[in-house]
Amino acid sequence: MIRLTRRFRFSASHRLHTDRLSENQNRELYGKCNNPHGHGHDYTLEVSLRGPVDPVSGRVADVAALDKLVREQVLAAFDHKNLNREIPALVPTAENLALEIRSRLQRGWAADFPGGWPKLDRIRIAETRRNAFEITNEE
Amino acid sequence: MLITRRVEFSASHVCLNPQLSEEQNRAFYGPDANPHGHGHNYVVEVTLAGRPDPVTGMVFDLKRLKEILNAEVVEPMDHRFLNQEVPPFDRVIPTTENLAREIWRRVEAHFAVGPARLHAVRVYETEDLYVDYFGEAG
Repeated sequence: MIRLTRRFRFSASHRLHTDRLSENQNRELYGKCNNPHGHGHDYTLEVSLRGPVDPVSGRVADVAALDKLVREQVLAAFDHKNLNREIPALVPTAENLALEIRSRLQRGWAADFPGGWPKLDRIRIAETRRNAFEITNEE
Repeated sequence: MLITRRVEFSASHVCLNPQLSEEQNRAFYGPDANPHGHGHNYVVEVTLAGRPDPVTGMVFDLKRLKEILNAEVVEPMDHRFLNQEVPPFDRVIPTTENLAREIWRRVEAHFAVGPARLHAVRVYETEDLYVDYFGEAG
Protein backbone atom coordinates (compact mmCIF):
# COMPACT_ATOMS: atom_id res chain seq x y z
CA MET A 1 0.00 0.00 0.00
CA ILE A 2 1.34 3.42 -0.86
CA ARG A 3 0.03 6.92 -0.30
CA LEU A 4 0.35 9.53 -3.00
CA THR A 5 -0.17 13.21 -2.26
CA ARG A 6 -0.75 15.98 -4.71
CA ARG A 7 -0.59 19.65 -3.75
CA PHE A 8 -2.90 22.29 -5.24
CA ARG A 9 -3.33 26.01 -4.65
CA PHE A 10 -6.29 28.33 -4.77
CA SER A 11 -6.85 31.93 -3.79
CA ALA A 12 -10.14 33.01 -2.29
CA SER A 13 -11.72 35.54 0.02
CA HIS A 14 -13.86 34.85 3.03
CA ARG A 15 -15.34 36.30 6.19
CA LEU A 16 -15.87 34.22 9.29
CA HIS A 17 -19.34 35.10 10.52
CA THR A 18 -22.31 33.07 11.66
CA ASP A 19 -25.90 34.26 11.80
CA ARG A 20 -26.39 32.15 14.92
CA LEU A 21 -24.41 34.64 16.99
CA SER A 22 -24.79 38.38 17.57
CA GLU A 23 -22.56 40.98 15.88
CA ASN A 24 -20.61 41.39 19.12
CA GLN A 25 -20.22 37.65 19.66
CA ASN A 26 -19.01 37.22 16.08
CA ARG A 27 -16.43 39.99 16.54
CA GLU A 28 -15.23 38.46 19.75
CA LEU A 29 -15.07 34.91 18.44
CA TYR A 30 -13.55 35.44 15.01
CA GLY A 31 -11.55 38.66 15.65
CA LYS A 32 -9.91 40.04 12.50
CA CYS A 33 -11.44 37.25 10.44
CA ASN A 34 -14.87 38.83 11.11
CA ASN A 35 -14.01 42.05 9.20
CA PRO A 36 -17.28 42.75 7.32
CA HIS A 37 -15.42 43.48 4.09
CA GLY A 38 -13.78 40.06 4.11
CA HIS A 39 -10.16 39.15 3.43
CA GLY A 40 -8.33 36.49 1.42
CA HIS A 41 -5.78 33.70 1.49
CA ASP A 42 -3.60 31.73 -0.90
CA TYR A 43 -4.80 28.32 0.25
CA THR A 44 -2.69 25.20 -0.13
CA LEU A 45 -4.65 21.98 -0.54
CA GLU A 46 -3.13 18.52 -0.31
CA VAL A 47 -5.16 15.54 -1.48
CA SER A 48 -3.81 12.09 -0.62
CA LEU A 49 -4.92 8.78 -2.00
CA ARG A 50 -3.77 5.30 -1.17
CA GLY A 51 -3.74 1.93 -2.84
CA PRO A 52 -1.57 -0.86 -4.18
CA VAL A 53 1.04 -0.11 -6.84
CA ASP A 54 -0.18 -1.35 -10.21
CA PRO A 55 2.38 -3.89 -11.48
CA VAL A 56 2.05 -2.78 -15.10
CA SER A 57 2.28 0.99 -14.67
CA GLY A 58 4.28 1.17 -11.44
CA ARG A 59 1.82 3.79 -10.24
CA VAL A 60 -0.79 3.91 -7.50
CA ALA A 61 -3.04 6.22 -9.52
CA ASP A 62 -3.31 8.19 -12.69
CA VAL A 63 -2.20 11.58 -11.39
CA ALA A 64 -3.80 13.32 -14.37
CA ALA A 65 -7.18 11.85 -13.36
CA LEU A 66 -6.75 13.16 -9.80
CA ASP A 67 -5.77 16.58 -11.13
CA LYS A 68 -8.87 16.66 -13.32
CA LEU A 69 -11.19 15.63 -10.48
CA VAL A 70 -9.78 18.26 -8.10
CA ARG A 71 -9.80 20.92 -10.81
CA GLU A 72 -13.43 20.25 -11.71
CA GLN A 73 -14.89 19.55 -8.27
CA VAL A 74 -12.89 21.96 -6.13
CA LEU A 75 -10.66 24.49 -7.85
CA ALA A 76 -13.30 25.60 -10.37
CA ALA A 77 -15.65 26.39 -7.48
CA PHE A 78 -13.10 27.83 -5.01
CA ASP A 79 -10.31 29.58 -6.91
CA HIS A 80 -10.67 33.36 -7.12
CA LYS A 81 -14.08 33.23 -5.47
CA ASN A 82 -15.75 34.82 -2.50
CA LEU A 83 -16.40 31.70 -0.46
CA ASN A 84 -19.23 33.21 1.61
CA ARG A 85 -21.19 34.19 -1.48
CA GLU A 86 -20.30 31.36 -3.81
CA ILE A 87 -20.13 28.26 -1.60
CA PRO A 88 -23.59 28.08 -0.09
CA ALA A 89 -24.52 27.38 3.55
CA LEU A 90 -21.06 27.24 5.03
CA VAL A 91 -19.08 29.32 7.52
CA PRO A 92 -15.88 29.19 5.47
CA THR A 93 -13.47 28.13 8.18
CA ALA A 94 -10.67 25.89 6.93
CA GLU A 95 -12.26 23.04 8.90
CA ASN A 96 -15.52 23.41 6.98
CA LEU A 97 -13.65 23.81 3.69
CA ALA A 98 -11.82 20.52 4.34
CA LEU A 99 -15.14 18.73 4.99
CA GLU A 100 -16.74 20.31 1.94
CA ILE A 101 -13.77 19.39 -0.28
CA ARG A 102 -13.86 15.81 0.99
CA SER A 103 -17.54 15.41 0.19
CA ARG A 104 -17.09 16.95 -3.27
CA LEU A 105 -14.25 14.52 -4.04
CA GLN A 106 -16.15 11.55 -2.63
CA ARG A 107 -19.06 12.35 -4.97
CA GLY A 108 -16.92 12.07 -8.11
CA TRP A 109 -14.51 9.41 -6.84
CA ALA A 110 -16.14 6.16 -8.00
CA ALA A 111 -16.68 7.45 -11.54
CA ASP A 112 -13.09 8.67 -11.92
CA PHE A 113 -11.46 5.74 -10.10
CA PRO A 114 -13.55 2.68 -10.91
CA GLY A 115 -12.48 -0.67 -9.50
CA GLY A 116 -12.20 0.27 -5.82
CA TRP A 117 -8.59 1.55 -5.90
CA PRO A 118 -7.12 3.98 -5.15
CA LYS A 119 -9.09 5.29 -2.18
CA LEU A 120 -9.31 8.88 -1.00
CA ASP A 121 -7.16 8.98 2.14
CA ARG A 122 -6.60 12.48 3.44
CA ILE A 123 -7.32 16.17 2.91
CA ARG A 124 -4.97 18.81 4.29
CA ILE A 125 -5.65 22.49 3.86
CA ALA A 126 -3.52 25.44 4.93
CA GLU A 127 -4.72 29.05 4.91
CA THR A 128 -1.24 30.41 5.50
CA ARG A 129 2.18 28.96 6.21
CA ARG A 130 1.36 29.09 9.88
CA ASN A 131 -1.70 26.84 10.07
CA ALA A 132 -2.99 23.58 8.63
CA PHE A 133 -6.13 21.48 8.97
CA GLU A 134 -6.17 17.79 8.19
CA ILE A 135 -8.82 15.08 7.96
CA THR A 136 -8.64 11.47 6.87
CA ASN A 137 -11.35 9.81 4.86
CA GLU A 138 -12.60 7.73 7.80
CA GLU A 139 -13.20 10.54 10.30
CA MET B 1 8.68 8.94 18.88
CA LEU B 2 9.32 9.60 15.20
CA ILE B 3 12.51 11.14 13.85
CA THR B 4 13.02 12.18 10.25
CA ARG B 5 16.09 12.88 8.18
CA ARG B 6 15.91 14.55 4.77
CA VAL B 7 18.32 14.07 1.86
CA GLU B 8 18.18 15.28 -1.71
CA PHE B 9 19.44 13.98 -5.00
CA SER B 10 19.01 15.00 -8.62
CA ALA B 11 18.48 12.37 -11.27
CA SER B 12 16.86 11.74 -14.61
CA HIS B 13 14.33 9.08 -15.45
CA VAL B 14 11.83 7.83 -18.02
CA CYS B 15 8.46 6.35 -17.09
CA LEU B 16 7.63 4.00 -19.88
CA ASN B 17 6.47 0.40 -19.96
CA PRO B 18 7.98 -1.48 -22.92
CA GLN B 19 4.96 -3.86 -22.86
CA LEU B 20 2.66 -0.96 -23.76
CA SER B 21 2.41 0.83 -27.10
CA GLU B 22 3.93 4.27 -27.59
CA GLU B 23 0.42 5.74 -27.59
CA GLN B 24 -0.58 3.97 -24.38
CA ASN B 25 2.63 5.11 -22.70
CA ARG B 26 2.05 8.69 -23.74
CA ALA B 27 -1.58 8.54 -22.61
CA PHE B 28 -0.67 7.19 -19.20
CA TYR B 29 2.63 8.84 -18.32
CA GLY B 30 2.34 12.04 -20.41
CA PRO B 31 5.64 13.91 -20.76
CA ASP B 32 7.24 11.45 -18.28
CA ALA B 33 7.33 8.91 -21.15
CA ASN B 34 9.75 10.97 -23.26
CA PRO B 35 12.34 8.24 -24.06
CA HIS B 36 15.24 10.68 -23.80
CA GLY B 37 14.48 11.18 -20.11
CA HIS B 38 14.04 14.26 -17.94
CA GLY B 39 15.08 15.10 -14.40
CA HIS B 40 13.93 16.03 -10.93
CA ASN B 41 15.41 17.28 -7.69
CA TYR B 42 14.17 14.45 -5.52
CA VAL B 43 13.72 14.98 -1.80
CA VAL B 44 13.70 11.89 0.40
CA GLU B 45 12.53 11.87 4.00
CA VAL B 46 13.19 8.75 6.02
CA THR B 47 11.33 8.45 9.32
CA LEU B 48 12.33 6.11 12.14
CA ALA B 49 10.22 5.14 15.14
CA GLY B 50 11.57 4.32 18.58
CA ARG B 51 12.16 5.46 22.15
CA PRO B 52 14.97 7.77 23.20
CA ASP B 53 17.84 5.74 24.65
CA PRO B 54 18.09 6.42 28.43
CA VAL B 55 21.85 7.05 28.20
CA THR B 56 22.23 9.00 24.94
CA GLY B 57 18.77 10.60 24.82
CA MET B 58 18.58 9.69 21.14
CA VAL B 59 16.16 7.47 19.21
CA PHE B 60 18.88 6.86 16.63
CA ASP B 61 22.17 8.55 15.86
CA LEU B 62 21.26 11.07 13.13
CA LYS B 63 24.88 11.19 11.89
CA ARG B 64 24.69 7.44 11.35
CA LEU B 65 21.32 7.83 9.60
CA LYS B 66 22.86 10.44 7.30
CA GLU B 67 25.72 8.05 6.48
CA ILE B 68 23.25 5.25 5.69
CA LEU B 69 21.16 7.49 3.43
CA ASN B 70 24.23 8.84 1.67
CA ALA B 71 25.61 5.34 1.05
CA GLU B 72 22.35 3.66 0.02
CA VAL B 73 20.52 6.49 -1.75
CA VAL B 74 22.50 9.65 -2.54
CA GLU B 75 25.79 8.14 -3.72
CA PRO B 76 24.22 5.60 -6.10
CA MET B 77 21.41 7.85 -7.39
CA ASP B 78 22.65 11.45 -7.43
CA HIS B 79 23.32 12.81 -10.93
CA ARG B 80 22.43 9.49 -12.54
CA PHE B 81 20.02 8.37 -15.24
CA LEU B 82 18.00 5.99 -13.06
CA ASN B 83 16.78 3.71 -15.89
CA GLN B 84 20.28 3.13 -17.22
CA GLU B 85 22.55 3.36 -14.19
CA VAL B 86 20.67 2.35 -11.05
CA PRO B 87 19.33 -1.21 -10.83
CA PRO B 88 16.56 -2.36 -10.55
CA PHE B 89 15.31 0.59 -12.64
CA ASP B 90 16.61 -1.06 -15.80
CA ARG B 91 13.53 -3.33 -15.43
CA VAL B 92 11.37 -1.60 -12.78
CA ILE B 93 9.73 1.65 -13.93
CA PRO B 94 11.19 4.48 -11.79
CA THR B 95 7.90 6.05 -10.77
CA THR B 96 7.89 7.92 -7.47
CA GLU B 97 6.03 4.95 -5.96
CA ASN B 98 8.69 2.47 -7.05
CA LEU B 99 11.49 4.80 -5.92
CA ALA B 100 9.98 4.93 -2.43
CA ARG B 101 9.73 1.13 -2.32
CA GLU B 102 13.30 0.71 -3.58
CA ILE B 103 14.68 3.19 -1.03
CA TRP B 104 12.79 1.30 1.70
CA ARG B 105 14.30 -1.96 0.45
CA ARG B 106 17.81 -0.50 0.41
CA VAL B 107 17.74 0.94 3.93
CA GLU B 108 15.48 -1.40 5.91
CA ALA B 109 18.22 -3.91 6.80
CA HIS B 110 20.03 -1.20 8.80
CA PHE B 111 17.10 -1.01 11.20
CA ALA B 112 16.26 -4.71 11.42
CA VAL B 113 17.68 -5.17 14.93
CA GLY B 114 16.81 -1.80 16.44
CA PRO B 115 17.07 0.32 18.43
CA ALA B 116 14.82 2.23 16.00
CA ARG B 117 12.64 0.74 13.31
CA LEU B 118 11.95 2.07 9.84
CA HIS B 119 8.56 3.81 9.88
CA ALA B 120 8.15 5.62 6.56
CA VAL B 121 9.89 6.67 3.38
CA ARG B 122 8.59 9.82 1.72
CA VAL B 123 9.78 10.79 -1.75
CA TYR B 124 9.00 14.18 -3.27
CA GLU B 125 9.29 14.15 -7.04
CA THR B 126 8.35 17.83 -7.00
CA GLU B 127 7.06 20.13 -4.29
CA ASP B 128 3.54 19.27 -5.45
CA LEU B 129 3.78 15.49 -5.73
CA TYR B 130 5.01 13.05 -3.13
CA VAL B 131 4.41 9.50 -1.95
CA ASP B 132 4.62 7.85 1.46
CA TYR B 133 5.53 4.19 1.84
CA PHE B 134 5.15 2.40 5.16
CA GLY B 135 6.43 -1.02 4.09
CA GLU B 136 4.50 -4.07 2.96
CA ALA B 137 2.54 -4.17 6.21
CA GLY B 138 1.60 -0.46 6.16
